[in-house]
Formats: sequence, structure tokens, C-alpha cells
Amino acid sequence: MNQVNGVGGRLYKWIDERVKIQAFVDYMAHKSVPKHRHSIWYYFGGISLFFFIIQVATGILLLLYYRPGADTAYESVKFIITKVEFGWLIRAIHSWSANLMILAAFIHMFSVYFTKAYRRPRELTWLTGVGLLGLAMFFGFSGYLLPWNELAFFATKVGTGMVGALPFVGDFFLNLMRGSSEVTGATITRFFGWHVAILPALFTVVLTVHLILVQRQGMSEPVDWDAKKPSEKTVMPFFPNFILRDLLLWLIALNVLAILAVFFPYGVGPFHWLLGVKADPFVPPPPVIRPEWYFMFAFQTLKMLPATVMHIEGELIGIFGFGLGGIFWTLVPFFDRKTRHGQKGRLFVIIGLAAVIFILVMTILGYILE
Amino acid sequence: MPKEKIKRRSFLNLLLGGGTVAWLASVLFPVFKYMKPPEIPEAVQSQVTACTLAELQSTEQNYKTFKFGRKLGIVVLLPDGSIRAYEATCTHLDCTIQYRPDLNILWCACHNGQYDMTGRNIAGPPPRPLEQWVIHHDKASDNIFVSKEEEA
Amino acid sequence: MQRLIPVTAVFVLILGLCFSIISSAQDNCLDCHTDWEDGENSPTQKWTYDIHNQVGLTCADCHGGDPTLDDMDDVRNSKGYRGLPSTAQIPQFCGRCHSDATYMKKFNPALPVDQVAKYITSRHGVLLGTGDDKVATCISCHSAHNTSPASSPMSSVYPLNLPAVCSGCHSDAEYMAEYGIPTDQYEKFASSVHGHALLVNEDIGAPACNDCHGNHGAVPPGVENISAVCGSCHAKVASLFADSPHRAAFEENGFPQCETCHSNHDIIKPLDNMVGTEQNSFCIECHSEDDGNKGFETASVISTLLDSLVRSEQNAIEVIDEAEIKGMEIDDERFALKDVRSSLVESRSLVHSFSLDEIRPELEKGIALADVTRINGLGIIDNYFFRRKGLGISTVIITLLAVIIWIKIRRIERQPRNRA
Repeated sequence: MNQVNGVGGRLYKWIDERVKIQAFVDYMAHKSVPKHRHSIWYYFGGISLFFFIIQVATGILLLLYYRPGADTAYESVKFIITKVEFGWLIRAIHSWSANLMILAAFIHMFSVYFTKAYRRPRELTWLTGVGLLGLAMFFGFSGYLLPWNELAFFATKVGTGMVGALPFVGDFFLNLMRGSSEVTGATITRFFGWHVAILPALFTVVLTVHLILVQRQGMSEPVDWDAKKPSEKTVMPFFPNFILRDLLLWLIALNVLAILAVFFPYGVGPFHWLLGVKADPFVPPPPVIRPEWYFMFAFQTLKMLPATVMHIEGELIGIFGFGLGGIFWTLVPFFDRKTRHGQKGRLFVIIGLAAVIFILVMTILGYILE
Repeated sequence: MPKEKIKRRSFLNLLLGGGTVAWLASVLFPVFKYMKPPEIPEAVQSQVTACTLAELQSTEQNYKTFKFGRKLGIVVLLPDGSIRAYEATCTHLDCTIQYRPDLNILWCACHNGQYDMTGRNIAGPPPRPLEQWVIHHDKASDNIFVSKEEEA
Repeated sequence: MQRLIPVTAVFVLILGLCFSIISSAQDNCLDCHTDWEDGENSPTQKWTYDIHNQVGLTCADCHGGDPTLDDMDDVRNSKGYRGLPSTAQIPQFCGRCHSDATYMKKFNPALPVDQVAKYITSRHGVLLGTGDDKVATCISCHSAHNTSPASSPMSSVYPLNLPAVCSGCHSDAEYMAEYGIPTDQYEKFASSVHGHALLVNEDIGAPACNDCHGNHGAVPPGVENISAVCGSCHAKVASLFADSPHRAAFEENGFPQCETCHSNHDIIKPLDNMVGTEQNSFCIECHSEDDGNKGFETASVISTLLDSLVRSEQNAIEVIDEAEIKGMEIDDERFALKDVRSSLVESRSLVHSFSLDEIRPELEKGIALADVTRINGLGIIDNYFFRRKGLGISTVIITLLAVIIWIKIRRIERQPRNRA
């Protein structure tokens, strides 16, 4: 890396003299990634990041034509996909990438969970990661309404309505989310603000912390490596080996994204975002109202809970339960003491498996039973 | 390093560079195409050009239909030389109306529906008046512009 | 204090005078009749919403007598008392005011005053004149004591309510038995295109009974004026028919013009197979292949061209729908399809000219436009597949790049200094 030849080399030197980049490059060069049979999971964080970058790029492009507001939102989205050249492609990529990002993030999270990569000293990485997933889901929720079509309108109505079920603070939060007591043009403005300003800002901050933590701490090693001698550990250099692999995977992801966007511009199966007809608060809701797939398990659980459990509204118990579950999940690094001490914590593997099975079963039921 | 290896390596780097450039082109092409404003630059149109006054004057029946977003409009040249524009879809059963200079009415041939020159339904089955639109004749270009509401 | 006494006395006197004036002018009819009658259908109850009440008329204005009298027997014997009219008297009872132009001007100068004159000429009026008191009079349709103007949705003669009023008698087979006319008009009307528009869609532009039969002068339209009745709405079709060779032929044979093909009360939405030489067509009822005129041939050509326009339109719509499902921009094509549709509507009305010279250009125009639209639609679908070619190119580029990077990784990892 120290040869000073060619334009590239001179440019590198020029920059290095000013911002001392060499230390960083050296650091990267010495950084290594553990090589073992579960190494594949290391890539899913990078894939999520790739989809996020795609989201930012296509989101900015969509902003060129999108107009929030009850009279213009639907029209402008229709305009984008019918009148603007390649507008259909940009919207299709934005929608596909949003779904794939959340899918990749889910896989990333569960792989981290089951490989126990959250254990000391990576608690903060886990916390910021869970935060990012929450933000990403909120991104999805706020973005879903923006085309102001029938499906999005009623899904948002039901989704925000659940917040209204909370005791005491329900109405306050409902109004805060909707910007009025009903889902109206005011809600679009609000969701638009969240989607393009507040969430991106928060996301960028948390993501930066997350990435810095990952870089500072390096990749987590498997639990059973703790007992190994350094010479027994197989590793690969982070730069360029791992980075190039990452890049390779990103290219494949891009290819997949392009193919999906061209062949299924409006999605397929549970991933779908047909524009359909404009939202009209005065027509009866369509027979099937469903949220985006990643909310399906929660939606289905709330639907299946009995109306009242011991004089308390079932839905309320559901929301409360999910809240507790979420808090537990977020704080798992602090509960799982065994793994922290290098022992195998079977209990948390079982809890994790239960969570995965629960989510899968509820999601599948949600699509079968509708 | 053997020379051959260096050659192969530089060839690979060349391919990598070329591939990257081609890839960038395939990404930037749609992006630039996307950024180029389409012919109709706005999703919600507030104004269209119906036709020129000369075109309107050259018509046999002193009227011309035009497209306004997803609606059909009619622009009419009255005997006193003034121009008016209306929505051209009959409020009864969606037939297209026409101007009848002999009767000075807007007329729907389907069921003999009649509207006066303010768009009010005056005879026949139409249940509602026609929407009248605002016109502006630009003398320089001779274009007749139609918009839905009076500019504030 | 003493000065107040005369002032108070004068005040009381004036008050008393006022009271006696008011009480002497008051209408005593309602006082007794309201006490006597109960139920929603009693005249005094219904009277509240009656137009005559609302313009300030009283019971006595129609029924006569002196309303200020306290005793009912005195009222009956008072001047101008008319009481309850018999059925035969009703037209003149109402006409006393409604036929008096000078009097009516005080209330509604725009209201016609010829109702009774028309009524006498109507079938109802003629029969009433012969002493038949089962026929409809003014109150049969307008009701008594809660009469409203026909423009009020509350009125029994508001277009949406009228068919039920007519059918009250005309659908009653027993009641109508002695007149020997059908009693299925309402049923047929309700199933017709007009009945559907009026009764289901509540389109008051659609004709109710009176729009064809007249109101006060209700008679069945004669053979000779059916086209005038239908033509009041279907103006264009009527004038085409009037200029067609069929007019003279129909008159000669005594065929009622529109009714011959379209029937009367149960007019359905016209079908394209009504014209032509197929089994269901009306043309073949008179025309045959060898009747010595061109009728059969013309019918066959019209039918073929009409079918071909319908098919062209359908094909174009299918192509455009497919393009739309593929997410392509088809606004202009949809707009062109509107023109095709109006060409079809125009052609269908031009059928009534029964002249190929008139119909052919419109049909051909429509067919050509539909075909152009379909071809444009196919072009749009082609463009859709062009996108896939674009995708193909970029996929190749990306894959190539991926392969190069893969080779690069392999190479780097084969170099000893980078190996773990």
C-alpha cells in the first residue's frame, strides 16, 4: 500500500498528507474476520446496509416528483410510475429494497442472537442494532401510507388504531401519530415528515454508532472459540478479502433487486404494493386489510386474542405483551449471564427458537386465515 | 513476480475498471432519464392549452374538445366573439356534449339534454349543471388556456 | 297614583278591543275538527304540510262557509258552504281556483291554469263525464289535504313516487277488470331501462308514466305520435327515423314507429343483435333474402360492421388493459378508447337511418380508430418487453463485474502474504 506510483498512488499520498489516512488503512489491514462454518452470517449486516443505501438513493429520487397531501399524493405516485421515465423502476426498487432490507435485518438479528454475538463487550452493538430494526419498521410503516391508496389507508387506520387502544395515553398518541383524530391529509404530512426527515436523521446517527462499534470491536468470535489458542483460530483479513466478498454479495443483491423490480414491479405474494385506487375514507374498507408482512405476526396475534381476558381488553394485553417481549429482547445481553461467562446458555437458545417459531407460525396463519 | 502474472493482473484490473464504468452507466442512465422532467411536468395539472383561437375560429360548429387531465373539455366560441370552456361530459350518462350555434346551447345528442351558456342544465334529463372552467386567451401566442379555478 | 288609573283603564280597553278583533277573525274550523279527528291520515293532521296551508289559504277557501261561526250547523247553513264534493264534482271544485288565471296570479304566476281543460280531454276525464266515478280525479294523484308541488320529493307526483301512484289503480286487476286493459304496465316498466334508471338509480331525468302519457291529459299515445313522444328525449334517433324509408313503410302498415322494435313499457337496453339477419333480429320479420328490395342486404352489412366495431373495441380494450396491468402509461390510449366508444354510440343511433351511406363512414371511422389504438397498445406492450432487454444488459454487466471480483478474491487469497 505504500508504493507511490501512478495517479492513484499520488492522489493517495496527497490525501494522506492532509488527513492522515494511513493509520486507518493500517488498522483495517490488520483487522481480521474469523473464518468458520457460521461465517456466512457476517454478511447479512452488510446486505442490510446495502439495501439501506439503495433506499436513500431511490428515496431521494422519488422526492423529485412526490407531493405529500390528500389531493396530490396518490396522483403524484401514479404520475411517477406512468409518466416519468423509469419512474416505475425507481418505485419498484424502493419498495423491493425496503422489504428486503427488513428481511435481511431480521436474519442479521437472529443470526447474532443464536451465535450469541451480543455478549460482552458487544451489548451496545446489539442495542443499537435492535434500535435500527425498530426504526426500519417505522420507516416501512410511515412509507406505506405515502401513496395514499386504499390498501395503505385502511392498513394505517388499523395500525394507528392499535395505539389508540392504550389506556390513558392512547388518545394522545393516536392524535400524535395521525395528526388528527382520523387518518387524513394531515396524517400524510406527518408520516412524510417522519419518513424523509426525522427517521433518516435518527437512523443515520444510530447506524453510525452501530458501524463504529462494529469496526472498533471487530467481528464476534463463536462462543467455543473462547477456549482456543490464537494459533488455532482461522481468520481472513478484513481488507481486502472480506470487503471484496461483501462487494461481491452487494452486486449479487443488486442483480436480484433489478430482476425483481423488472419482473414484479408491484411485488409478489405477501410483498406487494399495487397502487390500486385512491384512498377514500367514505367507501367501505376492502375485504382484506393486511399490514406489511413484518407486522403480520403481531397483527394476527392481536386478532386471535379473545375480546376480553379477565375483564381486560384482549388487544390491550397483546400490545402490553409485545411491549414486554420487545423490552426483554432488547435487554437480552444483560439477562444472558451464562454466555457472558463463556458457558453455553441453553435457555436463551430455547427462548430464541420459541420466538422464531412464534413469528413464523403467526405470520403463516395470518396469510392462511384471511 | 513473473511478467505473465503481472500482465494477467493488469488485464484483470482493466476488466474491473471497464466493468465498473459499464455498471455505473447502467445505473446512471435510468437515473438521469428519471430526472429529466416528463412532457407534462406536473402530476396535478391546474392549466392546459385547449387550442389556439385561430383553430377554434376555423371549426365549422364553433367548438372544439380538448383533454384536461383525465377529463374531456369543450371550448366554445360564442356569437359575440367571447370564448368559454366547460367540462364536455354530459352529467346524465357520460355522453360527450357539443355546441349548437343555431340554438346557442350546449347539447347532448344522446337524450336531448340541454345546457345554457353558463353550463346550467335547462332541459332534458341532465341532473346537474356542467362545470364551467376559466379561460385565458394569450394574444401573443393565440393560445387559449383553460384552468379550473380563478387564480387568487 | 291617582293619575295612573285613567291610563290603566285606557290600556285595558285597548287590549280588550284587540282581543275581540282577533277572536272574531279566527278560523274556528280547525278547533273542532282537530278535536274530532285523530290519526295521521285525518285531514286536519295532513293539512300542516299542504301547499295551500303554506300559502295562507284556510279550510273555508275551498270548502266555503263562514269559519268564524261557533256552531257547526250554522256553518253548514252559512253563505257559500260547499262541504265535501262528490267525485264528479272534484275537477270543478279544484278548478274554481286553479282555472282562474287572475286568482292564481296572486300565489304563483308561473303555474299553468289549464289542468281542468286538459283533464276533460283525458281518458280519465272522458269516463268521468259518462258518470264513471272509479276513474282518477285531481285528488287521486295529488291527494287531498297534503298536496305538494310536483317538484317536492314529498309529493305523491314527484317523478320517483309517481309510478307507484298510477299503479295503485292500474296494477289492480280486480279494479281494472271492467276496462279490459292490461295491468302489467308497472311490472314491465320497472324491468325496463327507463324503470331501472328511475326507480333504482333514482335518475329523475328518466321518464316516469306521465312523461310519455301526459299528466292531466293522460291518454295512451296513438300510433302516429309515438315517435314524437320518444323523440322528446331521443331527438337524434327520432329525426333519423323520420328521414328513413321506414317511416312511410311503417305508416302504411300501421306499425307504431319506435314501439315495433323496442316495445313500450318494457323497453330493454337495445342490443346489437336487434339489427341484422340472425334469428333474434327484427329486420327479418319483414325483410327476406328475396323480397325484391335491399333491406335484407343492408341489415346484414350493418350488422356485420357493427359487430366488427364492437369486436375491434373489445380487442383494443383487452390490449390496453394488459398494458395497464403491466404498469405502462396508457392514458392517451384510454382517451382514444373514449372516442371509439362515442363512435359506437353514434353508430348505434345511426342505425335508425337504415341507410348504409349514413352508417358506414361512422362505423369505419370507429373501427379504424380502435385498430390504431390496439396497435399503439401492442407497441406499449413491446416497450414493456424492451425493459426486460435493458434489464438483461445490466444483469450481464453486474454478473461480469461479480465474476471479476470473485477472480480477484481468489487471486488475493492465493498470494502468501494475504493468507491467514
